[in-house]
Amino acid sequence: MAGRTPRTPLRRVRAPRPPRRIGHTMAYLDHAATTPMLPEAVEAMTAQLTAVGNASALHAAGRRARRTVEEAREALAESLGARPSEVVFTSGGTEADNLAVKGLYWQRRDADPARTRVLASPVEHHAVLDAVDWLAEHEGATVEYLPVDGHGRVHPEALREAIERNPDDVALATVMWANNEIGTIMPIAALASVAREFDVPLHSDAVQAFGQTEVGFADSGLAAMTVSGHKIGGPYGIGALLLGREYTPVPVLHGGGQERHVRSGTLDTPAIAAFAVAGRIAAERREEYAREIGSLRDELVRAVRAAVPDVILGGDPVDRLPANAHFTFPGCEGDSLLLLLDAQGIECSTGSACTAGVAQPSHVLLATGTDPDLARGTLRFTFGHTSTKADVDAVAEAIGPAVARARTAGLS
Amino acid sequence: MTQTSQRPLRVLAAMSGGVDSAVAAARAAEAGHDVTGVHLALSANPQSFRTGARGCCTIEDSRDARRAADVIGIPFYVWDLAERFREDVVDDFIAEYEAGRTPNPCLRCNEKIKFAALLDKALALGFDAVCTGHYATVITREDGSRELHRAEDMAKDQSYVLGVLDERQLAHAMFPLGDTLTTKDEIRAEAERRGLAVAKKPDSHDICFIADGDTQGFLASRLGTAEGDIVDESGTKVGTHEGAFGFTIGQRKGLRIGHPAADGKPRYVLDISPVNNTVTVGPVEALDVTSLTAIRPRWCGSAPAGPGVYTAQLRAHGGETEVTAALEGDELTVTFSEPVRGVAPGQAIVLYDGTRVVGSATISATSRTAARVA
Repeated sequence: MAGRTPRTPLRRVRAPRPPRRIGHTMAYLDHAATTPMLPEAVEAMTAQLTAVGNASALHAAGRRARRTVEEAREALAESLGARPSEVVFTSGGTEADNLAVKGLYWQRRDADPARTRVLASPVEHHAVLDAVDWLAEHEGATVEYLPVDGHGRVHPEALREAIERNPDDVALATVMWANNEIGTIMPIAALASVAREFDVPLHSDAVQAFGQTEVGFADSGLAAMTVSGHKIGGPYGIGALLLGREYTPVPVLHGGGQERHVRSGTLDTPAIAAFAVAGRIAAERREEYAREIGSLRDELVRAVRAAVPDVILGGDPVDRLPANAHFTFPGCEGDSLLLLLDAQGIECSTGSACTAGVAQPSHVLLATGTDPDLARGTLRFTFGHTSTKADVDAVAEAIGPAVARARTAGLS
Repeated sequence: MTQTSQRPLRVLAAMSGGVDSAVAAARAAEAGHDVTGVHLALSANPQSFRTGARGCCTIEDSRDARRAADVIGIPFYVWDLAERFREDVVDDFIAEYEAGRTPNPCLRCNEKIKFAALLDKALALGFDAVCTGHYATVITREDGSRELHRAEDMAKDQSYVLGVLDERQLAHAMFPLGDTLTTKDEIRAEAERRGLAVAKKPDSHDICFIADGDTQGFLASRLGTAEGDIVDESGTKVGTHEGAFGFTIGQRKGLRIGHPAADGKPRYVLDISPVNNTVTVGPVEALDVTSLTAIRPRWCGSAPAGPGVYTAQLRAHGGETEVTAALEGDELTVTFSEPVRGVAPGQAIVLYDGTRVVGSATISATSRTAARVA
């Protein structure tokens, strides 16, 4: 092993700020976007950065890298209740989603040209949603969006009904494990059981769920599952598709075929090593972490409700990610709130995607039947391993006046 | 007292993605103000990249603005004002041309978008001022009221397009580029020094919402084409056109008149009549305007009490001319000391007292030496 780098005391990762902000409380509450790397992951990564060796090479340096990669694969498999051979490393969640959705579609359609129907929840991340839409536009897929309830949940009966309409033409189904905007957890095991009944492969994007709720791959009965490094305290640019061994999705990236011949590209040994460390910690600390972060989140919800009595809590009140709080503030623009809170050092998100920097009403909220005007007034606060009570206090103090001011600016 | 020496303000800097507004925001931040950058998304379907030197509404421009804000070290947001822009600027632009007038959408945008929709939202959110990269000077008088003046550098002066601002709008305006004698090269050098990547970006020209610069094509696509007559002053038909809206008074090129005038001299558009879809052409002398009336006056302060002698500017890059102006109700009557050419209804006339902007109005009718043309 290369020389160990001294442990970096890594509390917060943030860009330099203009001096005017000094004195304000800093509260980073956007961990669902990305969370600081865990010191243990930084250590694992930096230890590898100076070591040479392509994990596909046969010489000693290659063997050393290969060993690191394979040990990481085994560790990650263990953290996710999967077999090592089921771990396909990718460049991140987006690539894993694309590989699952497009690759499985092509595999299934190639085996039987009748299978062109794709069943998807309408609340998926854009990495799934846009991949599915692309299949419809370019590959002859028929996309069917499964109905969701007011909390954004797909019910197993809804999946059953959709498949039963014609079990022979379904290519795949894809339903995220937990929603990145509103935090609702889906009944994945029950959905997977329905899918298996009809031999339909079910993919689930578990990027937000990993580390917050149990995501055992084998127990879930899923065909494929997406996880990502930087959402759990690992590095950016690394993720994995957990892939049942009977599946050989058609590759999205062609090349050396390094990962089970379904994914090509030189393996990123330092990132993979760090991802495995972060994954191990996420799995080991999950229950305790979920409890602690959940109580912080509950405090935040109470504080926001006290300050803004007519606030609407998004997502399922019980079956939800412990680190997620999603609010709708009637009569406000989420953008205005974001600006006002940002100016006070509180960093959160409106939760919805941008087009050219312009916030669009969230497709998740629209799918749950929320009024489009109301859907513009959302904020998402997400906690992580560096969150403290001080973060909650900062929001508790700022949210009331910010909402009052944003309401005067209105929905212009 | 200059605006940059005031107490620290909460400033919203409108950032187009160009070099001027980036340097303006940087100067405001350097002066100690608490600056937040905003890029206005004005097009419902923005193009990905700039084509040539036009526009400020592409995604690339938005990125350039964000990049500049990040270097300056200020928060940055994109605000979607596309709907307001379409209603107040683009639709108005089309309607004005349809009515045979020649609008200036930049003035309209300053009046209705930057210093109305944007300013109102900024004030509601707790900002004190809106900052832009215009070249103009704001002077605060002893009593706290404010005056708009031409930029120190007359060659760069943009006070004309700000002549629509009233006292309230002016009270919340900040133009950090106007109060120093700076050439464009120096602004670019300053941007370079500040590490702003937009330092070498070409200036934008023309109308931002007509990406290819083809105003006639844009109008034709909105208003359709309708063949009509081109006539001379005597009413004799000398040619045809595909829509009266596509012409501007004083225009010489693109008339496509087959045979030359009797005197062999070039002919110019004298009048546009949308009612009977007729364009009247004639010699350059017939363009001489001796007086005009203008409506919708807006004053940078109190309205002038009686008739007075001012200098007037009639185009964004036009020169000054001496006038006598008198206000009657909401109608301004302006008499030129020397006849001027190329004055079209729809254009704005901005009145100055020395370097101070007195106010502006929209030209409704012009009087020529011979006859009054509406």
